[in-house]
Amino acid sequence: MSFLPYAVAAWVCIVGIYGIVTSRNLIHLALCLTVMQSSTYLLLLAIGYVKGGGPPIYKGVKLGTKSVDPVVQALTLTDIVVSVTVIALILALALDVHKQAGTVDPDEIREMRG
Amino acid sequence: MTRRVRIGLFLPALAGFGALLVWAYTGIPSFGDYQGPYGFVLEKISAPLRHMDNVVNATTYDIRGIDTMGEEFILFAAVIGVVLLLRDDAGRSQDVEDDIGSDVVRVFGTLAIGAAILVGLWLVANGFVTPGGGFQGGVAIASGGLLLYLVAGYREWSAFGNETVLDPIKAIGAGGYVVIGLAALVGGLPFLTNFFGGGDIGTVWSGGSAGFVNWSAGIEVAAANVLLFSEFLEEYIVPIARGS
Repeated sequence: MSFLPYAVAAWVCIVGIYGIVTSRNLIHLALCLTVMQSSTYLLLLAIGYVKGGGPPIYKGVKLGTKSVDPVVQALTLTDIVVSVTVIALILALALDVHKQAGTVDPDEIREMRG
Repeated sequence: MTRRVRIGLFLPALAGFGALLVWAYTGIPSFGDYQGPYGFVLEKISAPLRHMDNVVNATTYDIRGIDTMGEEFILFAAVIGVVLLLRDDAGRSQDVEDDIGSDVVRVFGTLAIGAAILVGLWLVANGFVTPGGGFQGGVAIASGGLLLYLVAGYREWSAFGNETVLDPIKAIGAGGYVVIGLAALVGGLPFLTNFFGGGDIGTVWSGGSAGFVNWSAGIEVAAANVLLFSEFLEEYIVPIARGS
Protein backbone atom coordinates (compact mmCIF):
# COMPACT_ATOMS: atom_id res chain seq x y z
CA MET A 1 0.00 0.00 0.00
CA SER A 2 1.49 3.31 -1.03
CA PHE A 3 -0.33 6.58 -1.39
CA LEU A 4 2.72 8.80 -1.65
CA PRO A 5 2.29 9.72 -5.37
CA TYR A 6 -1.34 10.64 -4.72
CA ALA A 7 -0.32 12.77 -1.75
CA VAL A 8 2.26 14.55 -3.91
CA ALA A 9 -0.40 15.19 -6.57
CA ALA A 10 -2.74 16.68 -3.94
CA TRP A 11 0.09 18.83 -2.54
CA VAL A 12 1.05 20.19 -5.97
CA CYS A 13 -2.61 20.96 -6.71
CA ILE A 14 -3.12 22.82 -3.41
CA VAL A 15 0.12 24.78 -3.79
CA GLY A 16 -1.06 25.83 -7.26
CA ILE A 17 -4.50 26.93 -6.00
CA TYR A 18 -2.91 28.86 -3.13
CA GLY A 19 -0.66 30.63 -5.63
CA ILE A 20 -3.63 31.57 -7.80
CA VAL A 21 -5.66 32.93 -4.88
CA THR A 22 -2.85 35.04 -3.43
CA SER A 23 -1.29 36.11 -6.74
CA ARG A 24 -0.36 39.76 -7.28
CA ASN A 25 0.66 39.34 -10.90
CA LEU A 26 -1.22 37.81 -13.83
CA ILE A 27 1.93 36.16 -15.23
CA HIS A 28 2.59 34.57 -11.84
CA LEU A 29 -1.06 33.53 -11.75
CA ALA A 30 -0.72 31.78 -15.12
CA LEU A 31 2.35 29.90 -13.89
CA CYS A 32 0.48 28.84 -10.74
CA LEU A 33 -2.24 27.47 -12.99
CA THR A 34 0.42 25.40 -14.77
CA VAL A 35 1.65 24.10 -11.42
CA MET A 36 -1.90 23.17 -10.47
CA GLN A 37 -2.45 21.44 -13.78
CA SER A 38 0.78 19.47 -13.36
CA SER A 39 -0.87 17.70 -10.43
CA THR A 40 -3.32 16.13 -12.87
CA TYR A 41 -0.43 14.60 -14.85
CA LEU A 42 0.94 13.10 -11.66
CA LEU A 43 -2.43 11.79 -10.56
CA LEU A 44 -3.25 10.26 -13.96
CA LEU A 45 0.13 8.56 -14.32
CA ALA A 46 0.06 7.35 -10.71
CA ILE A 47 -3.38 5.80 -11.15
CA GLY A 48 -2.28 3.87 -14.25
CA TYR A 49 0.94 2.55 -12.74
CA VAL A 50 1.24 -1.23 -12.46
CA LYS A 51 3.89 -2.60 -10.14
CA GLY A 52 6.78 -3.97 -12.22
CA GLY A 53 5.13 -2.88 -15.48
CA GLY A 54 7.11 -1.63 -18.46
CA PRO A 55 6.12 1.08 -20.93
CA PRO A 56 3.07 0.22 -23.08
CA ILE A 57 5.19 -0.04 -26.22
CA TYR A 58 5.65 -3.49 -27.70
CA LYS A 59 8.43 -2.96 -30.23
CA GLY A 60 10.80 -5.85 -29.52
CA VAL A 61 8.82 -6.92 -26.46
CA LYS A 62 6.69 -10.05 -26.26
CA LEU A 63 2.95 -9.32 -26.38
CA GLY A 64 1.35 -9.87 -23.00
CA THR A 65 4.34 -8.51 -21.06
CA LYS A 66 3.17 -6.64 -17.99
CA SER A 67 2.98 -2.90 -18.66
CA VAL A 68 1.45 0.27 -17.26
CA ASP A 69 -1.91 1.53 -18.48
CA PRO A 70 -1.75 3.32 -21.87
CA VAL A 71 -5.12 5.09 -21.59
CA VAL A 72 -4.07 7.42 -18.78
CA GLN A 73 -0.85 8.16 -20.65
CA ALA A 74 -2.86 9.18 -23.72
CA LEU A 75 -5.02 11.37 -21.47
CA THR A 76 -1.90 12.97 -19.98
CA LEU A 77 -0.68 13.75 -23.48
CA THR A 78 -3.98 15.49 -24.20
CA ASP A 79 -3.75 17.29 -20.88
CA ILE A 80 -0.28 18.70 -21.60
CA VAL A 81 -1.23 19.95 -25.07
CA VAL A 82 -4.34 21.70 -23.77
CA SER A 83 -2.39 23.16 -20.85
CA VAL A 84 0.26 24.70 -23.13
CA THR A 85 -2.21 26.32 -25.52
CA VAL A 86 -4.45 27.63 -22.76
CA ILE A 87 -1.43 29.16 -21.01
CA ALA A 88 -0.52 30.88 -24.28
CA LEU A 89 -4.05 32.30 -24.43
CA ILE A 90 -3.91 33.49 -20.81
CA LEU A 91 -0.55 35.17 -21.37
CA ALA A 92 -1.96 36.93 -24.43
CA LEU A 93 -4.88 38.13 -22.29
CA ALA A 94 -2.41 39.33 -19.65
CA LEU A 95 -0.56 41.32 -22.32
CA ASP A 96 -3.85 42.86 -23.39
CA VAL A 97 -4.76 43.73 -19.80
CA HIS A 98 -1.39 45.40 -19.41
CA LYS A 99 -2.05 47.47 -22.53
CA GLN A 100 -5.52 48.50 -21.34
CA ALA A 101 -4.99 48.97 -17.62
CA GLY A 102 -1.24 49.53 -17.35
CA THR A 103 -0.86 46.92 -14.63
CA VAL A 104 -0.82 43.14 -14.24
CA ASP A 105 -1.84 43.14 -10.57
CA PRO A 106 -5.36 41.66 -10.47
CA ASP A 107 -6.19 43.78 -7.39
CA GLU A 108 -5.35 47.02 -9.16
CA ILE A 109 -7.50 46.39 -12.20
CA ARG A 110 -10.55 48.24 -10.96
CA GLU A 111 -12.81 48.00 -13.93
CA MET A 112 -12.99 45.82 -16.98
CA ARG A 113 -13.62 47.65 -20.23
CA GLY A 114 -14.81 45.91 -23.35
CA MET B 1 -12.77 42.28 -2.66
CA THR B 2 -9.77 42.83 -0.45
CA ARG B 3 -6.97 40.33 -0.04
CA ARG B 4 -7.94 39.49 3.48
CA VAL B 5 -11.55 38.72 2.55
CA ARG B 6 -10.41 36.58 -0.35
CA ILE B 7 -8.09 34.47 1.80
CA GLY B 8 -10.82 34.26 4.44
CA LEU B 9 -13.14 32.78 1.83
CA PHE B 10 -10.41 30.59 0.40
CA LEU B 11 -9.39 28.74 3.57
CA PRO B 12 -12.79 27.11 4.35
CA ALA B 13 -13.13 26.20 0.67
CA LEU B 14 -9.68 24.64 0.77
CA ALA B 15 -10.61 22.62 3.86
CA GLY B 16 -13.72 21.34 2.06
CA PHE B 17 -11.70 20.49 -1.03
CA GLY B 18 -9.12 18.66 1.10
CA ALA B 19 -11.82 16.62 2.79
CA LEU B 20 -13.32 15.62 -0.57
CA LEU B 21 -9.87 14.72 -1.86
CA VAL B 22 -9.11 12.47 1.13
CA TRP B 23 -12.51 10.83 0.78
CA ALA B 24 -11.88 10.20 -2.94
CA TYR B 25 -8.38 8.85 -2.32
CA THR B 26 -9.62 6.25 0.16
CA GLY B 27 -11.65 4.71 -2.67
CA ILE B 28 -8.96 4.24 -5.31
CA PRO B 29 -6.63 1.23 -5.55
CA SER B 30 -3.23 1.77 -3.92
CA PHE B 31 -0.29 2.86 -6.08
CA GLY B 32 0.78 0.07 -8.43
CA ASP B 33 -2.40 -2.01 -8.11
CA TYR B 34 -4.20 -0.62 -11.13
CA GLN B 35 -7.17 -2.85 -12.00
CA GLY B 36 -8.91 -1.08 -14.87
CA PRO B 37 -9.61 -3.30 -17.85
CA TYR B 38 -9.52 -0.88 -20.81
CA GLY B 39 -5.79 -0.35 -21.02
CA PHE B 40 -5.08 -4.05 -20.67
CA VAL B 41 -7.53 -4.88 -23.45
CA LEU B 42 -5.91 -2.28 -25.71
CA GLU B 43 -2.47 -3.69 -24.99
CA LYS B 44 -3.63 -7.10 -26.17
CA ILE B 45 -5.37 -5.97 -29.35
CA SER B 46 -3.46 -2.97 -30.68
CA ALA B 47 -0.47 -4.86 -32.09
CA PRO B 48 -2.34 -7.84 -33.65
CA LEU B 49 -5.37 -5.84 -34.83
CA ARG B 50 -3.98 -2.41 -35.70
CA HIS B 51 -0.28 -3.22 -36.21
CA MET B 52 0.73 -0.52 -33.73
CA ASP B 53 3.48 -1.21 -31.21
CA ASN B 54 2.99 2.05 -29.32
CA VAL B 55 -0.29 1.52 -27.47
CA VAL B 56 -0.37 5.10 -26.17
CA ASN B 57 -0.55 6.45 -29.71
CA ALA B 58 -2.89 3.67 -30.80
CA THR B 59 -5.20 5.03 -28.10
CA THR B 60 -4.65 8.67 -29.02
CA TYR B 61 -4.94 8.58 -32.81
CA ASP B 62 -6.99 5.49 -33.52
CA ILE B 63 -9.16 4.07 -30.76
CA ARG B 64 -9.81 7.41 -29.06
CA GLY B 65 -9.30 9.34 -32.30
CA ILE B 66 -12.52 11.31 -32.05
CA ASP B 67 -11.49 12.71 -28.63
CA THR B 68 -8.16 13.75 -30.05
CA MET B 69 -10.02 15.56 -32.82
CA GLY B 70 -11.82 17.57 -30.14
CA GLU B 71 -8.48 18.28 -28.52
CA GLU B 72 -7.00 19.41 -31.86
CA PHE B 73 -9.77 21.95 -32.08
CA ILE B 74 -9.15 23.15 -28.52
CA LEU B 75 -5.60 23.81 -29.69
CA PHE B 76 -6.90 25.44 -32.85
CA ALA B 77 -9.36 27.65 -30.97
CA ALA B 78 -6.81 28.70 -28.34
CA VAL B 79 -4.29 29.70 -31.00
CA ILE B 80 -6.97 31.61 -32.92
CA GLY B 81 -7.76 33.39 -29.63
CA VAL B 82 -4.12 34.40 -29.17
CA VAL B 83 -3.93 35.59 -32.77
CA LEU B 84 -7.11 37.66 -32.42
CA LEU B 85 -5.81 39.30 -29.26
CA LEU B 86 -2.30 40.06 -30.45
CA ARG B 87 -2.46 40.57 -34.18
CA ASP B 88 -2.90 44.22 -35.02
CA ASP B 89 -3.07 46.24 -38.20
CA ALA B 90 0.32 47.83 -37.74
CA GLY B 91 1.76 45.18 -40.04
CA ARG B 92 5.23 43.75 -40.08
CA SER B 93 8.26 45.86 -39.42
CA GLN B 94 10.92 45.55 -42.05
CA ASP B 95 13.37 47.98 -40.51
CA VAL B 96 14.18 46.15 -37.30
CA GLU B 97 17.89 46.09 -36.46
CA ASP B 98 18.09 42.68 -34.88
CA ASP B 99 21.16 41.07 -36.42
CA ILE B 100 23.00 38.22 -34.82
CA GLY B 101 26.56 39.19 -33.98
CA SER B 102 27.98 35.87 -32.89
CA ASP B 103 29.38 33.58 -35.58
CA VAL B 104 29.31 30.65 -33.15
CA VAL B 105 25.57 31.07 -32.65
CA ARG B 106 25.07 31.35 -36.41
CA VAL B 107 27.08 28.21 -37.31
CA PHE B 108 25.94 25.85 -34.59
CA GLY B 109 22.42 27.24 -34.60
CA THR B 110 22.11 26.54 -38.33
CA LEU B 111 23.23 22.97 -37.73
CA ALA B 112 20.76 22.67 -34.86
CA ILE B 113 17.84 23.78 -37.08
CA GLY B 114 18.35 20.79 -39.36
CA ALA B 115 18.85 18.44 -36.44
CA ALA B 116 15.73 19.61 -34.59
CA ILE B 117 13.50 19.37 -37.65
CA LEU B 118 14.92 15.94 -38.53
CA VAL B 119 14.34 14.66 -35.00
CA GLY B 120 10.81 16.06 -35.11
CA LEU B 121 10.01 14.36 -38.42
CA TRP B 122 11.50 11.12 -37.12
CA LEU B 123 9.36 11.33 -33.97
CA VAL B 124 6.17 11.85 -35.99
CA ALA B 125 7.02 9.16 -38.54
CA ASN B 126 7.74 6.54 -35.89
CA GLY B 127 4.71 7.47 -33.80
CA PHE B 128 3.28 3.97 -33.80
CA VAL B 129 6.61 2.19 -33.28
CA THR B 130 8.58 4.01 -30.59
CA PRO B 131 7.79 6.82 -28.12
CA GLY B 132 6.82 9.96 -30.03
CA GLY B 133 3.97 10.83 -32.35
CA GLY B 134 2.30 13.86 -33.89
CA PHE B 135 2.16 16.10 -30.82
CA GLN B 136 5.69 15.45 -29.59
CA GLY B 137 7.23 15.53 -33.06
CA GLY B 138 5.27 18.66 -33.95
CA VAL B 139 6.75 20.52 -30.99
CA ALA B 140 10.26 19.38 -31.97
CA ILE B 141 9.74 20.60 -35.55
CA ALA B 142 8.44 23.93 -34.23
CA SER B 143 11.54 24.34 -32.05
CA GLY B 144 13.61 23.96 -35.22
CA GLY B 145 11.57 26.79 -36.72
CA LEU B 146 12.15 29.01 -33.69
CA LEU B 147 15.91 28.46 -33.98
CA LEU B 148 15.74 30.31 -37.30
CA TYR B 149 15.02 33.50 -35.35
CA LEU B 150 17.94 32.83 -33.01
CA VAL B 151 20.31 32.18 -35.90
CA ALA B 152 19.26 34.63 -38.58
CA GLY B 153 17.52 37.47 -36.77
CA TYR B 154 14.11 38.96 -37.22
CA ARG B 155 14.15 39.86 -40.91
CA GLU B 156 14.96 36.37 -42.15
CA TRP B 157 12.60 34.88 -39.61
CA SER B 158 9.68 37.04 -40.69
CA ALA B 159 9.93 35.71 -44.26
CA PHE B 160 8.93 32.32 -42.86
CA GLY B 161 7.32 33.07 -39.51
CA ASN B 162 4.34 35.03 -40.80
CA GLU B 163 0.65 34.38 -41.03
CA THR B 164 0.59 34.00 -44.82
CA VAL B 165 2.77 30.92 -44.50
CA LEU B 166 1.58 29.52 -41.18
CA ASP B 167 -2.20 30.00 -41.26
CA PRO B 168 -2.75 27.65 -44.23
CA ILE B 169 -0.38 25.00 -42.82
CA LYS B 170 -2.20 25.06 -39.53
CA ALA B 171 -5.56 24.85 -41.27
CA ILE B 172 -4.36 21.91 -43.37
CA GLY B 173 -3.31 20.12 -40.18
CA ALA B 174 -6.63 20.65 -38.42
CA GLY B 175 -8.79 20.17 -41.52
CA GLY B 176 -6.81 17.12 -42.64
CA TYR B 177 -7.81 15.31 -39.48
CA VAL B 178 -11.50 15.83 -40.27
CA VAL B 179 -11.03 14.94 -43.96
CA ILE B 180 -9.45 11.60 -43.01
CA GLY B 181 -12.42 10.97 -40.74
CA LEU B 182 -14.85 11.86 -43.52
CA ALA B 183 -12.98 9.65 -46.01
CA ALA B 184 -14.14 6.66 -43.98
CA LEU B 185 -17.75 7.81 -44.41
CA VAL B 186 -17.34 7.76 -48.19
CA GLY B 187 -16.57 4.04 -47.94
CA GLY B 188 -19.71 3.50 -45.88
CA LEU B 189 -17.76 3.15 -42.62
CA PRO B 190 -18.26 5.09 -39.37
CA PHE B 191 -16.43 8.42 -38.95
CA LEU B 192 -12.67 8.09 -38.37
CA THR B 193 -12.65 4.32 -38.94
CA ASN B 194 -9.14 3.04 -39.57
CA PHE B 195 -9.73 1.90 -43.15
CA PHE B 196 -6.33 1.08 -44.65
CA GLY B 197 -5.58 -2.11 -42.81
CA GLY B 198 -2.61 -2.30 -40.49
CA GLY B 199 0.39 -1.87 -42.77
CA ASP B 200 3.79 -3.31 -41.85
CA ILE B 201 4.05 -3.57 -38.09
CA GLY B 202 7.18 -2.00 -36.58
CA THR B 203 7.80 0.34 -39.54
CA VAL B 204 6.80 3.91 -40.38
CA TRP B 205 4.13 2.41 -42.65
CA SER B 206 2.20 0.83 -39.77
CA GLY B 207 -1.09 2.14 -38.41
CA GLY B 208 -3.27 2.41 -41.52
CA SER B 209 -5.23 5.64 -41.91
CA ALA B 210 -4.43 6.57 -38.31
CA GLY B 211 -0.93 7.23 -39.66
CA PHE B 212 -2.36 10.17 -41.62
CA VAL B 213 -4.20 11.34 -38.52
CA ASN B 214 -0.87 11.27 -36.69
CA TRP B 215 0.79 13.33 -39.44
CA SER B 216 -2.01 15.89 -39.55
CA ALA B 217 -1.69 16.34 -35.78
CA GLY B 218 2.06 16.80 -36.22
CA ILE B 219 1.58 19.43 -38.94
CA GLU B 220 -0.98 21.34 -36.91
CA VAL B 221 1.03 21.32 -33.69
CA ALA B 222 4.19 22.44 -35.49
CA ALA B 223 2.43 25.31 -37.28
CA ALA B 224 0.45 26.32 -34.17
CA ASN B 225 3.57 26.57 -32.02
CA VAL B 226 5.52 28.60 -34.59
CA LEU B 227 2.46 30.85 -35.00
CA LEU B 228 2.22 31.41 -31.24
CA PHE B 229 5.91 32.31 -31.12
CA SER B 230 5.50 34.59 -34.11
CA GLU B 231 2.61 36.50 -32.51
CA PHE B 232 4.39 37.01 -29.19
CA LEU B 233 7.58 38.00 -31.02
CA GLU B 234 5.67 40.68 -32.93
CA GLU B 235 4.44 42.04 -29.61
CA TYR B 236 8.06 42.40 -28.50
CA ILE B 237 9.76 43.51 -31.66
CA VAL B 238 7.35 46.05 -33.17
CA PRO B 239 7.63 48.50 -30.22
CA ILE B 240 11.43 48.32 -30.56
CA ALA B 241 11.18 49.17 -34.24
CA ARG B 242 8.93 52.14 -33.48
CA GLY B 243 11.43 53.30 -30.91
CA SER B 244 8.94 53.33 -28.04
